Amino acid sequence: MDRTIEATGVTKRFGKTAALDGLDLVAERGQVTAVLGPNGAGKTTFVRGVATLLRMDGGTLLVGGHDVRREPDAVRAMIGLAGQFAAVEPAMTGRENLEMVARLFGQARRPAKANSAAVLERMGLTEAADRLVRTYSGGMRRKLDLGASLVGSPRLLLLDEPTTGLDPRSRIELWDAIRALVERGTDVLLTTQYLDEADHLANRIVIIDHGRAVAAGTPAELKQRAGKSVIEVHVRDRGDLPRVAAILARLDHGTPQVEESTRRVSVAVEAGAGSLREAFQALDAAGAEVDDLSLRPPTLDEVFLALTGVPLDAAGDDGASPATAGTPANAPPAA
Amino acid sequence: MATIATTAPRSMPQGSTFVIARRGILKFLRTPQLVVLGTLQGALFLLIFRYVFGGAMNAGSVSYVDFLVPGFVTTIILFAGQGAAAGVAEDMEQGFVDRVRSLPIPRRSFLAGRALADSAMLVWSLVITVAIGFAVGFRLHGQAIDGLIALALIVVFGFAFEWVFIALGLVAGNAQAAQGLAFMVFPLTFASSAYVPVESMPGWLQAFAEHQPITYMVDAVRALTLGSRADAVLGHPAWYFVSRSLVWSAAIVAVFAPLAVARFRRG
Repeated sequence: MDRTIEATGVTKRFGKTAALDGLDLVAERGQVTAVLGPNGAGKTTFVRGVATLLRMDGGTLLVGGHDVRREPDAVRAMIGLAGQFAAVEPAMTGRENLEMVARLFGQARRPAKANSAAVLERMGLTEAADRLVRTYSGGMRRKLDLGASLVGSPRLLLLDEPTTGLDPRSRIELWDAIRALVERGTDVLLTTQYLDEADHLANRIVIIDHGRAVAAGTPAELKQRAGKSVIEVHVRDRGDLPRVAAILARLDHGTPQVEESTRRVSVAVEAGAGSLREAFQALDAAGAEVDDLSLRPPTLDEVFLALTGVPLDAAGDDGASPATAGTPANAPPAA
Repeated sequence: MATIATTAPRSMPQGSTFVIARRGILKFLRTPQLVVLGTLQGALFLLIFRYVFGGAMNAGSVSYVDFLVPGFVTTIILFAGQGAAAGVAEDMEQGFVDRVRSLPIPRRSFLAGRALADSAMLVWSLVITVAIGFAVGFRLHGQAIDGLIALALIVVFGFAFEWVFIALGLVAGNAQAAQGLAFMVFPLTFASSAYVPVESMPGWLQAFAEHQPITYMVDAVRALTLGSRADAVLGHPAWYFVSRSLVWSAAIVAVFAPLAVARFRRG
């Protein structure tokens, strides 16, 4: 039993829309699997399916070898869920919240107390443990919620967009907490809209869109296919855009993307800082006026575009406007 | 470094019910707005009925305060229920229901736990309101034991209506919508025998007021407080109203508990 999750052709419809449209996904034992996708891709629907909260319409969904539909109790006994909201009770203390969940997990009073204390310690919440949760910050609530999903010592932890809405510092603290868990051998399935989050936490990333898996691989593999980092240039004068795009095109094998409205040109590069120096020199030599020049990791949109050839917004069959996606560099500049 | 103790075998289902009930009660006790405002509001309304409207009311052969207090105390179940509907909806909205449904405990534990907690809070409201009732002049005309039976009956009625409100809260899905749906308590309370005699209403309204469950429940409680005068004042002895109100309670549970459970299972 080396597969924690095995989804084959899973479908789920809500009325006329297919939230999951034949999703295939495998999460191996001992790994952190990230489900990466835009809003409405079906990430939450999938997590709710794995957590036995939603019955799937078709396909098979096995968790730890148990069919979610036929043996939901066996699945519930091995999972811990932290949803998009911090489902902790503000009128109880952090300790009371964890002890309650531990008791609901079937633990007797004393182990429930011991486990809760241990989890509080691991989450760095021991000092705040006896304060009412209504006095906690958003980041502390999320950490406590993560703790609540852990207190039953689950084999598989399900995290649905664990850091959405958190400030950058809380986000990094939560990442550290999740990484610490992983080191202890808990399997994790997490959903996220952020490539950097998936990159930081996961051994394996599955990109989904419109209810299907569109790409899967290790973060390194995916980034290799999409370019390790991105050089982005803001030009002062809109007229310089084609010229700058041509300069960047010579740097690497990536095709530069031009965004007229924000006077921005970006290109995926392999060599990172070296390419940045080259770009700087080339732009300087050409005398292009540049407001800003930066090196950054690729965004989900860019990875998506590189992997699927379709910009995120236009993917699928509903043909939404690709207004925010980049246009190819060789397109004629708009007047 | 602390380690995680091994997971003990599953506890009894009653265990999880009590754990969830405890949460509901703690939440109530530690939210001063709920305790103080809820109690104050009830007290204020009782005083308004007693001293503002009371002078213009004619309850026949019984004084208005003795007519009003049993009715007022009984309708507390509906006002407490509004809070219950909002509470369930809030648990859905904030993900607590999802967490509970992802745990290896019986599906009914959450609902039973809520019903238990809400019933405990109802007892609190009842005790306060009855005390105020006595303070403003209400007296038992029968035996004390009948008064206690009346109180116990109100808890039973409250438990029955709790399922209506849980179902409403689950259907509404968010606290505000739940409050809106729970608005239906107004026709039930005012078009009943709780505050005024049904005979004072126009014929078409009487037809509804006489046969709806709240009227039977109020009259059961009222008859028990009137002692030997019950038959003369209400037209029937206490057992007539008690039996019918209990049938109504059973019917309400039979319809709304399965509805609530089905809705909860679906998520």
